[in-house]
Amino acid sequence: MLAAIGIASVADLFVDVPADLRFPPLDLPPAMSELELQRELRRLSGQNANATTHSIFLGAGVYNHFVPAAVDQILRRGEYYTAYTPYQPEVSQGTLQAVFEYQSMIADLTGMDVVNASHYDGGTALAEAAIMALNVTRKRNRLVVARGLHPQYRAVLRTYMQSLNLEIVGDDDPTMSLDDLVNLVDEHTAALFVQSPDFLGKLHDLRGIADKVHAKGALLVVHFDPIGLALFQTPGAVGADIATGEGQPLGIGLNYGGPYLGIFAARQKDVHKIAGRIVGATRDMNGELAYTLTLRAREQDIRRERATSNICTNQGLMALAATVYMSLMGRQGLRRVAELCYHRAHYAATQIAQLPGYTVDLTQPFFKEFVVQCPRPVAAINATLRTHGIIGGYDLAQDEPQLGPAMLLAVTEMNSKADIDQLVAVLREG
Amino acid sequence: MEYNLPADLQYVETDEWLRMEGDEAVVGITDYAQSALGDIVFLELPEVGDTFKAGQPYGVIESVKASSDLYAPVDCEVLAVNSSLIDNQEPINSDPYGEGWMLRIKITGGTDKLLDVAAYTKSVQERDH
Amino acid sequence: MSVYTSEPPLYELSSTGKIGANLPTLDVPTAPLPTHLLREDELAGFPELSETEVIRHFTRISQRNVCIDTVMYPLGSCTMKYNPKLHEEAARLPGFAAAHPLQDQSLSQGALALMYQLQQYLGEISGFDAVSLQPAAGAQGEFAGILVFRAYHLSRGDVERTEVLVPDAAHGTNPATAAMSGFKVIEVKSDARGNVDLDDLQSKLSPRTVGMMLTNPNTLGLFEEQIVEVSRLVHAAGGLMYGDGANFNAILGIAKPGQVGFDFMHYNLHKTFTTPHGGGGPGSGAVGCTAALAPFLPGPIVRQNATDGTYELFMPEQSIGRLKTFHGNFGMLVRAWTYIRTLGEQGLREVSETAVLNANYIRTQLQDLYPAAVDRICMHEAVLRGQIAGAQGIRTLDIAKRLIDFGIHPPTVYFPLIVPEALMIEPTETESKANMDRFIAVMRQIAREAIETPDVLHNAPTNAPVRRLDEVRAARKPILRYNAEKFAELRRGE
Repeated sequence: MLAAIGIASVADLFVDVPADLRFPPLDLPPAMSELELQRELRRLSGQNANATTHSIFLGAGVYNHFVPAAVDQILRRGEYYTAYTPYQPEVSQGTLQAVFEYQSMIADLTGMDVVNASHYDGGTALAEAAIMALNVTRKRNRLVVARGLHPQYRAVLRTYMQSLNLEIVGDDDPTMSLDDLVNLVDEHTAALFVQSPDFLGKLHDLRGIADKVHAKGALLVVHFDPIGLALFQTPGAVGADIATGEGQPLGIGLNYGGPYLGIFAARQKDVHKIAGRIVGATRDMNGELAYTLTLRAREQDIRRERATSNICTNQGLMALAATVYMSLMGRQGLRRVAELCYHRAHYAATQIAQLPGYTVDLTQPFFKEFVVQCPRPVAAINATLRTHGIIGGYDLAQDEPQLGPAMLLAVTEMNSKADIDQLVAVLREG
Repeated sequence: MEYNLPADLQYVETDEWLRMEGDEAVVGITDYAQSALGDIVFLELPEVGDTFKAGQPYGVIESVKASSDLYAPVDCEVLAVNSSLIDNQEPINSDPYGEGWMLRIKITGGTDKLLDVAAYTKSVQERDH
Repeated sequence: MSVYTSEPPLYELSSTGKIGANLPTLDVPTAPLPTHLLREDELAGFPELSETEVIRHFTRISQRNVCIDTVMYPLGSCTMKYNPKLHEEAARLPGFAAAHPLQDQSLSQGALALMYQLQQYLGEISGFDAVSLQPAAGAQGEFAGILVFRAYHLSRGDVERTEVLVPDAAHGTNPATAAMSGFKVIEVKSDARGNVDLDDLQSKLSPRTVGMMLTNPNTLGLFEEQIVEVSRLVHAAGGLMYGDGANFNAILGIAKPGQVGFDFMHYNLHKTFTTPHGGGGPGSGAVGCTAALAPFLPGPIVRQNATDGTYELFMPEQSIGRLKTFHGNFGMLVRAWTYIRTLGEQGLREVSETAVLNANYIRTQLQDLYPAAVDRICMHEAVLRGQIAGAQGIRTLDIAKRLIDFGIHPPTVYFPLIVPEALMIEPTETESKANMDRFIAVMRQIAREAIETPDVLHNAPTNAPVRRLDEVRAARKPILRYNAEKFAELRRGE
């Protein structure tokens, strides 16, 4: 090959690199064989508590839901995971059809018109919703944000917006109601952002607020739990303009923080303002049904400095996981999972509410997560739970200090009655 | 390539044409522009009553593989828009000077950036190689 | 050819009452549901299938994809190298795949140790002092970089900087990122040798310059010959140098971006460090930077506690904030860590040497028929032009589509934008000489066909799951979700 290229050595390929900076040493650990690495990886992995070693009641945006074995069997097909973005539709029909089916099912689930595929996670989907709302409404400089949005989503939103000259209001006061938030929406507001179930697990009735928000010329953005939508009111039904969600509960493991899936759905009228990839159905030259990336002129590689988002790589394989998961569950399965979460969470809440020193507000509707006010600091309670192989709830001391010692407890279909009874027993013993 | 560039129109560098009618004008994109873009699939137009400075974007046009802003050729106020193009963009390709018209405007400022057909033809030839 | 059989939409395979999952029965008393909050349609119309049907459906449609595991995939700028199977096993170990990101850090020491080590490795390979693994993809790494530049300038009271310089050959994400950050994009020309044009650069530098975004090797597949001078000029104007790491695969152990003048870069772990592309993601866009910029990095980042040696997450003191929830696309980090530990110093350098050797082999064996964008030794990818002498009415798109007939994924086409009819070929280091020779022979045959039987190219592909698509219909009459009536129209040819 060297002779064919017309050089004497491989080093001759790199003469453009400044000579004094060429071939620097790399201080890295020595290479390892596959079997040595397997051993080292198992050692590191073995140091982490996880859903196979512990009983988990921790949620706060990421949930230990059941993932059928069939999901990973499909994900492991090289045809999916070793392909790139389907820019050549003739040889990418598999990825394209799967994404189209993802769009279709998410549209059904959310009651929205159009869905992209996809954003990095729930937080970035929400931040992209803000960008889109600013572009749709034009020349507005205010975002009204509910305190009920996950604190990390609010942080991501502020990161994304930091260089734009605008104000983000509404989330500094924990006592603010939905009506108070709607009242903050004015003629400078691009969008109102609400979440249901909210960060603390509460379900909100969002009917009626879209009209008030639209009356000011602003958009309504609703962040949802995709499992919850099998049972509860949809963003589409309450008139949301944009709906975002964290897709992790749909067949994606806990993964110590990622990869997850940012779900993003919007209205047909705004389809040209949506960021990211969209697949459409069409025909080929022979008239055969086929799928392709479409409305491509929205994207950064074409629009460049006129693009409103820079997203390129998305979470394609995670969208596939969600698609396979939704297909396996189907209408009945999704509703069953949601019911299991709902009833077990309510069972756990009822049991814990009876413990001395523990308080749970059972008067407000919630889905699978709820706040437990505790008789002593949550860190201490969780330390006790750990000694029993239980990972307790999320400590709200940082995010909602006004609640006093309080934990956010998540119960899914993975937490059996026996698991819940064990948790309650350990809490009772203190 | 040969393009249809009518002699009775005024043009701007950004490939819009104007048909002057007193202090009003009709605006669209040129045959060269529609050819360079290819099949148009999306168009965004302003509202009646919107005002623009010359060179400001008044809309967006997209083909399958390209996206471009549309630029106001002169300072103007929008009197009418060809809203039928929103649902069917095909006339922009097939009849850019007729059915493919986009705006009727009232001219409110300078027309010094306008090119005659000879100057615009030269501009097209320089870019089209 | 059974693998090319079409497969109906999932919705048309659905029948009422089926379920593909085996769920537990309810073992607790039921609680009353809040009836006013229920969805009214009870999810009517949602697909219902058995597990067998679901598996067959997604297996069948998978066979309508090509991928690295089946074909050569020389997609320039994307580094489609082989994805080692060990990586998939590693990321699925329960301590990684089933660990909750918010569990107590004392329960996550293995995961945090892995992240800490990866930060160290990436810093060492690139010559940077600090690394954040937060960004989820290259584009988000770019966004992080430009926000860090902004924060750095503002922290110094340097408030007038509003312009980001971007070469005319840059990836679209670069100008989009600068615009998303609220800055003005100033394009810098390339010179005849494919480098940044120094005169043009100098004329565009000013006290308004935030910095420059540069890919090196650049998008023409060339190492910037004047990189040290470019960096010096940008720094002299008070600007900072952003390195787009899309082409990092060419220079592992060959050059360190931190030593040639870059202040900040992103690593596309899904390209260089072969965490798979997944049909378009997930990726990871980890970022590295100099000590001066480290306080502004997005977080959380992992550090080692000096007293007890444990690992912990922290936010840099003047951080631009978090870019996503939790701490990066962790599953991708496990794979990248595994790749670096498999190869070590020598192995990584061989990756780049072989990738560059392969690209030059293809370039020299084809550039008599497909003119090179710039006639120079290239790095890991060869940018050629689909302008075959003597061929009439043949475009690069036709060449790309014809490659499909031979079971080869087309290279990147029409990028960079400054090269007419561009064909950007990146074989990567994992393609054998025999495969490259076959690719070269096929490309030479296509060049002959372009002259002798051009219709073969115009009609290509004919040996693929579908023929060329009606993309105009797809965009003019968008069908973006399943709808029985619209699908019937499509099938009737309406």
